[in-house]
Amino acid sequence: MDTLILSRMQFAANISFHILFPTITIALGWALLFFKLRYSRTRDERWMEAYRFWVKIFALSFAMGVVSGITMSFQFGTNWPGFMETVGNIAGPLLAYEVLTAFFLEAVFLGIMLFGASRVPNWLHTTATFLVAFGTMMSAFWIIVLNSWMHTPQGFEMIDGVAHATDWSAIIFNPSMPYRFFHMVLASFLTVSFLIAGVSAFRWIIGGRTEGVRVALKTAVFAAAVLIPVQILVGDMHGLNTLEHQPQKIAAMEGNWETQSNVPLLLFAIPDDAARENRFEIGIPNLASIILKHRADGVVPGLNDFVTADGEVLHPRVAPVFWSFRVMVGTGMLMLLVSWGAAAMMLRRRRGVDGLPKVMLYALVGMSFSGWLATLAGWYTTEIGRQPWLVQGVLSTKQAVADVPAPMVLSTLIAYLVVYVLLLGVYISVIFFLARRASQGQPLGTGIEPRGAKSTHALPAE
Amino acid sequence: MNTFGDPTVWLPFVFAALMGVSILIYVVLDGFDLGVGVLFPFAEDDEKDRMIASIGPFWDANETWLVLAVGLLLVAFPAAHGAILTALYLPVAIMLIGLILRGVAFEFRAKAPPPYKRLWNNAFFAGSLMTSLSQGFMLGLYVMGLDWTLAHAVFGVLTAVFLTVGYSFIGATWVIHKTDEHLQRKAVGWAKGGIWGLVLGIGAISLATPFVSARIFDKWFSFPEAFYLAPLPIASGVLVVWLWAMLRRMPFEGDRRSWQPFAVATALWVMAFGGMAYSFYPYVVPEKLTIYEAASAPESLFIILIGTCFVLPTILGYTVLAYAIFRGKATELRYD
Ligand code: HDD
Ligand code: HEM
Ligand code: HEM
Repeated sequence: MDTLILSRMQFAANISFHILFPTITIALGWALLFFKLRYSRTRDERWMEAYRFWVKIFALSFAMGVVSGITMSFQFGTNWPGFMETVGNIAGPLLAYEVLTAFFLEAVFLGIMLFGASRVPNWLHTTATFLVAFGTMMSAFWIIVLNSWMHTPQGFEMIDGVAHATDWSAIIFNPSMPYRFFHMVLASFLTVSFLIAGVSAFRWIIGGRTEGVRVALKTAVFAAAVLIPVQILVGDMHGLNTLEHQPQKIAAMEGNWETQSNVPLLLFAIPDDAARENRFEIGIPNLASIILKHRADGVVPGLNDFVTADGEVLHPRVAPVFWSFRVMVGTGMLMLLVSWGAAAMMLRRRRGVDGLPKVMLYALVGMSFSGWLATLAGWYTTEIGRQPWLVQGVLSTKQAVADVPAPMVLSTLIAYLVVYVLLLGVYISVIFFLARRASQGQPLGTGIEPRGAKSTHALPAE
Repeated sequence: MNTFGDPTVWLPFVFAALMGVSILIYVVLDGFDLGVGVLFPFAEDDEKDRMIASIGPFWDANETWLVLAVGLLLVAFPAAHGAILTALYLPVAIMLIGLILRGVAFEFRAKAPPPYKRLWNNAFFAGSLMTSLSQGFMLGLYVMGLDWTLAHAVFGVLTAVFLTVGYSFIGATWVIHKTDEHLQRKAVGWAKGGIWGLVLGIGAISLATPFVSARIFDKWFSFPEAFYLAPLPIASGVLVVWLWAMLRRMPFEGDRRSWQPFAVATALWVMAFGGMAYSFYPYVVPEKLTIYEAASAPESLFIILIGTCFVLPTILGYTVLAYAIFRGKATELRYD
């Protein structure tokens, strides 16, 4: 394997690991703020109970997000120097604004949010919680701006092979940014809804039927039920936007080789890049044309349009894009089914959580990490679908790669993978460990309770 | 053209200065919490909890200075960013894995099932050690001009050890400030044991740099520069002696002056760093690429600068707020 392929695998591994945790923290921050505000409003202990449990998961996820994010910021230099050398004038300011407006905000107020409750007035603690949530949202905004610009670049000119910004508002509000940002934020809220619902259902099943678990489960199921249709709608609009700007990606997602009308929506197929055709197609007639063009005889672009006269292929490999898209949409449909099912059961005769049968509880547990699956699949669709470009039409991936010996990349790749697999296992099992502890009514103690420590200036606890 | 008004001249300079300041803040702030990690094996179990509590609210923000420093290198000097990081590929990877380990161990040691706590304590130590050693190695290699030769690697190993001991020294001074009683006395001992790392580290780099490059030699040893620069080494020497004298008599009655070792350590760090910055200016990749050659387009730098002018004071403001809220001796860390 050569350096290019290994570097791509390494980048994919690192970013996939990283994105898992922001996906949780972006929305969980707001969920915590919601719990906290409900408590301040109603003085009802169960909201605080939910807050206390989930703030621990938040702290855990945040730490994972930070350390994997630091890895990301070195990646550009170690593996993709050509990226910054070519488009650094645009990517640079966007990344700088992320660090300045988001990272420091989160990082500093995180300390106050986690450990400051007994040291600062309640309003300051609530403000800190808000600022952390706001900071994660800002991170997502800036990085999505950059990522979207790589898909739909505009507002720049090339001088001697280097991009120079000409119009910052065109760069920031590039055509795919709004869709990608909202789709990502919704993905994050759905991920967290299913995580809270799943872990709460788990606690419910093993007998930890407290009021805090009840409100958390109810809130999460209803949030998911409301958000998923919105996500499907936004996803559809995102696809239409992609059709306009990156037709080759849509062609790969649909597995459509020839530009033609009456294109079916393929439910199953094995795209064969070598033969340039699909095998074992099963599809619904005309549906792809209807979704993308709103007419049964709408013409959908095909992959064969993206091969130059001398045989150079300017579209991505088809199978990974085709399949990851199906995994995402399939997961989305499953989310719709489960969340609406659960919501309906809870509404029936207004029995709330007691209205959920065992199977539904188990289904929710099974869906705990479905958000991760859909999110990863979605990003794989997006990112692999952009190949062979790194910045669409401006910079190809192979132009950007570093000249580092392949064995070096391989060895670090293996080291990262080992660490990631281990940590992921530990992360998930610790979440369920905490859930079990909480259900048995044991303190979740932060564990950091030194003997003989005396506070020199204890503030009255709020 | 008027040099001062020429943005291709002053913008790179301003950004080099900003980057330098970020690195400096990083090595002091993350230096102390990495140092605390390196000192872990020397502490008893309940002392470990207390040491963690002393850095708990800060470590994340401390590491963000690294992100800012690398970010500034990336955005302001993209060509140098590529050259430096590809040359340091392996130590960077080791550092990153170290940072990952210690960052997550911090959380897991308190939340994983109790039998695993020891394991995560070890991971916290191992991660801190990997990070410190690799940073020291990178420093050595950078000073030597980023070429991989055997002699340079040996020098890198030396600086790796010195920087690690130096970090554990500043970590110990932090523990002196944030704790009391038995642990504080122990930390005084650690600080006395660690100060030599700082001295040897500063010494080795100060001696090596002029001999690696004739240009740097001239900068330090020609007249009248040598005359103006003389206070730097002299002041450093005086501070070291003062620090030593103070540590020998610590802790003082009523916890007086417990903050002073940390402050003096910081001052030493600042001077060492200032000396290095003076040596290397105007190069960002030693002897190969100057900040002026490596800089991004002025329009882009200007956009960042505007944001920085507003945001940096704010960041400093709320950083001070956080340190003020968590001032005083470290107590247990609680979420509520
Ligand atoms: C919980 C997560 C989740 C769910 C349920 C869905 N998506 Fe999604 N999707 C994402 C999470 C996501 C994502 C990870 O957030 C992506 C990757 C990049 C992006 O902006 O969003 C994405 C990308 C993405 C793209 C690629 C856009 C591009 O870059 O060209 C399309 C066309 C869709 N989505 C469409 C859909 C449709 C029609 C869905 C209907 C069920 C759907 N998504 C459900
Ligand atoms: C928003 C910030 C992001 C930026 C700036 C970005 C940038 C990049 C870069 C530089 C590459 C390297 C080129 C390559 O490997 O082919 C890449 C590829 C890739 N990225 Fe992203 N990416 C971002 C987000 C994501 C996320 C969140 C994911 C997934 C969870 C992801 C998944 C991938 C994958 C799978 C590849 C490999 C594609 C291939 O090799 O065919 N990216 N992206
Ligand atoms: C190549 C791309 C990326 C780089 C270089 C990067 C870099 C970083 C860094 C350095 C941090 C730690 C900040 C701190 O010290 O507090 C971080 C955290 C974060 N990142 Fe990324 N990131 C990338 C991709 C993404 C993507 C695609 C998203 C989401 C859409 C994202 C969202 C976040 C969020 C919300 C945080 C803060 C919360 C947390 O740490 O969990 N990042 N990132």
